[in-house]
Amino acid sequence: MKTIKELLRSAWRALFGNTVRAFGVVGVILLITLAIAPAKDHFSQWRSYQNGYLAMIHDRGDAITLRRRFVPGIQQIWLPELGVVDRCSTCHQGLKESSLADVTTQPFSKHPVIPHPLDAYGCVICHRGQGPATTVEEAHNSQRAGEDPILPARYIESGCGQCHQNALTGTPQLNLGRQYLAQYGCVSCHLVKMPDGVVMKATDNPPSLEHIADKTTREWLYTWLKNPQAYAASATMPNYKLSDADAADISAFLISSSRPETGDSSADLIQVAKNADPSAGAVLYGESFCATCHAVQNAAGNLVGGDIGPELTRVGNKVKPAWLQAWIENPRTYDANTLMPHFRFTPQQVAILSAYLMSKSDSDYGADAHLNTASASQIAHGRKLVVELGCAACHKINGVKKPDNFAPDLSHIGSKPLAQLVFLPGMQQTLPTYINSKIKQPGSFGTGMKMPLVPLNDTQRDALTTALLALSDRSQTMPEKLRVAGVPQTDYEPAGHAGKLMEEVACMSCHRFNGHGSDLAPDLSYEGSAVQAAWLDSFLKNPNTLRPALTRRMPRFNLSDADRKMLTDYIMVVYQSEKIDPDKAPPAVNPPALVEEGRQLFYSKYACQSCHVANTQTDKGYIGPVLTDVGSRLTPAWIYAWLKDPQALRPGTIEPNQNIRDDDARAMTAFLMTLKNSGKQEAKR
Amino acid sequence: MTRRFVTHAVLLLTTMGAGCRRPAAPSAALKPTGAGAAIVMSSGDKQAGPTGMVLANPLVVQVNDDQGNGVAGALVEFQGSAGVQFDPAAALTDSSGQATTAVRLGSMGGHYELSATTPGKGHPLTLQVGETALGYQQQLGSILADKYCSRCHDQESSAAQVSNYDNLAVKPHTFTDGNTLNKMSDADLLSILQHGGPALNRSALMPSYGGTLTPAELQAIIAYIRVVADPQYRSAGVVYEQKRPNAR
Repeated sequence: MKTIKELLRSAWRALFGNTVRAFGVVGVILLITLAIAPAKDHFSQWRSYQNGYLAMIHDRGDAITLRRRFVPGIQQIWLPELGVVDRCSTCHQGLKESSLADVTTQPFSKHPVIPHPLDAYGCVICHRGQGPATTVEEAHNSQRAGEDPILPARYIESGCGQCHQNALTGTPQLNLGRQYLAQYGCVSCHLVKMPDGVVMKATDNPPSLEHIADKTTREWLYTWLKNPQAYAASATMPNYKLSDADAADISAFLISSSRPETGDSSADLIQVAKNADPSAGAVLYGESFCATCHAVQNAAGNLVGGDIGPELTRVGNKVKPAWLQAWIENPRTYDANTLMPHFRFTPQQVAILSAYLMSKSDSDYGADAHLNTASASQIAHGRKLVVELGCAACHKINGVKKPDNFAPDLSHIGSKPLAQLVFLPGMQQTLPTYINSKIKQPGSFGTGMKMPLVPLNDTQRDALTTALLALSDRSQTMPEKLRVAGVPQTDYEPAGHAGKLMEEVACMSCHRFNGHGSDLAPDLSYEGSAVQAAWLDSFLKNPNTLRPALTRRMPRFNLSDADRKMLTDYIMVVYQSEKIDPDKAPPAVNPPALVEEGRQLFYSKYACQSCHVANTQTDKGYIGPVLTDVGSRLTPAWIYAWLKDPQALRPGTIEPNQNIRDDDARAMTAFLMTLKNSGKQEAKR
Repeated sequence: MTRRFVTHAVLLLTTMGAGCRRPAAPSAALKPTGAGAAIVMSSGDKQAGPTGMVLANPLVVQVNDDQGNGVAGALVEFQGSAGVQFDPAAALTDSSGQATTAVRLGSMGGHYELSATTPGKGHPLTLQVGETALGYQQQLGSILADKYCSRCHDQESSAAQVSNYDNLAVKPHTFTDGNTLNKMSDADLLSILQHGGPALNRSALMPSYGGTLTPAELQAIIAYIRVVADPQYRSAGVVYEQKRPNAR
């Protein structure tokens, strides 16, 4: 102790022993203090990156150009309107240097080409992170509350979704995620209000359970509730991981609350079917194009068919035969809003088809479901569970009201503060990881968690997370002029008796009319301008595919002659394009010289035969519609307008706009109008 | 007193260090029961997928003995350049001698050289695998190419997309045909896309897309053609002498 004291004393004497020496020492200390700030600046992290950049470009061929464009010091993109103060380009020096495309060392590589200039939008809008920070750690990671770490590349499309409410071609991930939000019924429980105020609507069309006892048994409901994907791999109903007792009680309640609907079961026709040819069912299933909407698992375990209607692999395990017959006879008796067409089958056909479908069953499925008659307390418990789990948010159930705001509002989920999240042990503590894991394993986030397990694979979950991350606070505060609105479905409904017919044959389950419907089949908003009435009538009577490379999917609806005429007339009159003036149409019959000129243009200048077949002997084009009968199918006005600008008539069509001159278009129209099938070929079909 | 403090500090640092140490590599848990004489590609190479995403098909490699038959239970370790993730990063081959992994590409667009290594008998055997990550522009190009181009330019035919390749009198080049397409400048590709084949005195069977697609979309298609080219496309940009090995 003593020595230390003496040591200090001698040091003091050595430094401040006399006035001159003390003045010198204080002066040196002052100088050192003054040097701290410039030294800190000199040794800063960003300066070492800038030096690294200069060293990297030194050896390149374009070093002089790159060095001339290099600006030392802190760089900043300041956009007050967007709330952007980004200093990322201080270290990321090569972002705008197109010649650095081959550099893969960060932070010097060039930014990949995107549709927006970097200076106009900054970096954090898409990448997140802390723009004003000047150290690597602070810019990329979150250390304090309210800070955002850099977004992993797989979710980058969420940046686009903050302004673009429409589906962009270049953001498949985001578009899929938004589709899943609606398709898997997420938005039935959660409110998702897009930044432009549009509330997202579910598109999964969950069935009403008001008459469920007419359709199926309690045993099937029980097995289904336990694991919907065990019945149909493609089922979108989530798995609630119910215990045996809970599933038994819910099924008991649903059956007991169901009310019978008259007309839900028809007379037993199975006997009629037994007398028919055993292969008749499969033939009728194929002929009626059931596979356009319904899928069936084949022997290899792959799903074959569309996803508009439910999968039918084990439908025989599910439905009661009498109900199935009534359903095939007219599905609108059971469900007025179904997407399924009314096929107008004969009783014989109904019997054959239902017997065929009933044979699609799996004897192992539900074999272990042995349920005792439910007691009143079990039914009451089932009702309690139905209310608690929010079943009525998707399904109509007698005696249970649709709950409002059943699950948390997700309109701002993309900016949810980390402090409000509960992470699992060992989990990376970021928002994207939280959202992704919550969808993957909702059950592990607490035993009281009501959120079910939605059947999604890793890629689908990434897409859904991307769509949710786009719902950020920033998306709400974006300037109005940057916002690109989505294209919502219109509520267009065709009118009158023809409108009712269109509803019955469910045209809009596949086609789109005036912004309402589906994109499976061509948009028919201008069909009246396009086709000739006689062709349309014969097509409705006996549809055929127009494109050789596409499998035919349009079913025959067995309409009566009067109904078909009414439908044809309605389509011809109502679905007209303003862009086509029939009075100014080129003539349907033309001088042979003009026809010959059109033929030359068709085959040589525009080489249409690469995609179309005009003559079955010579042409092989397999992409566009076959044109051998186009003269009796389309109107000359439509052909001419289509040649001039196909996208104006059908946005998104792949027929290229070849900038065809008026004269050329007129000549080719003349040629195409001469292409008519002889009666012989018609008969052969 | 000082010494005690030092001892404590050393102890503390050791425990911290031990606590922070990464868990043992997964390959340590795998007990290889076989060793092969060769490692060959089975499927999943030369794929193109968006940056940061899992490739559509898993990477499958096969370890063979000197007879060319698969060896079961051989250890295969997958490695890649920065940002590439494998699930799993190491695996034992199955009964047919194959090891499968899902590949998540890094966040930078471009080519990725991955490798699969098996200890082998005596010296390790390594297989190089190339994959391509598509940036925004290239991915847009790939989507547009799928819609507008691949029906003719891709020989692969599926039920969902029937190829028109065989029906054409003049055969189009597939987009991966680097030997031909790498020799064409961006400007030439652009004029063919914009004005059709006759623009460069080629077949009129290739229609013009200048009136259908925007200039940005046409550039995206070119970017896609460039990135999937096999052999790889090297831009005719700046030529410079390389004084030292590129710090990659």
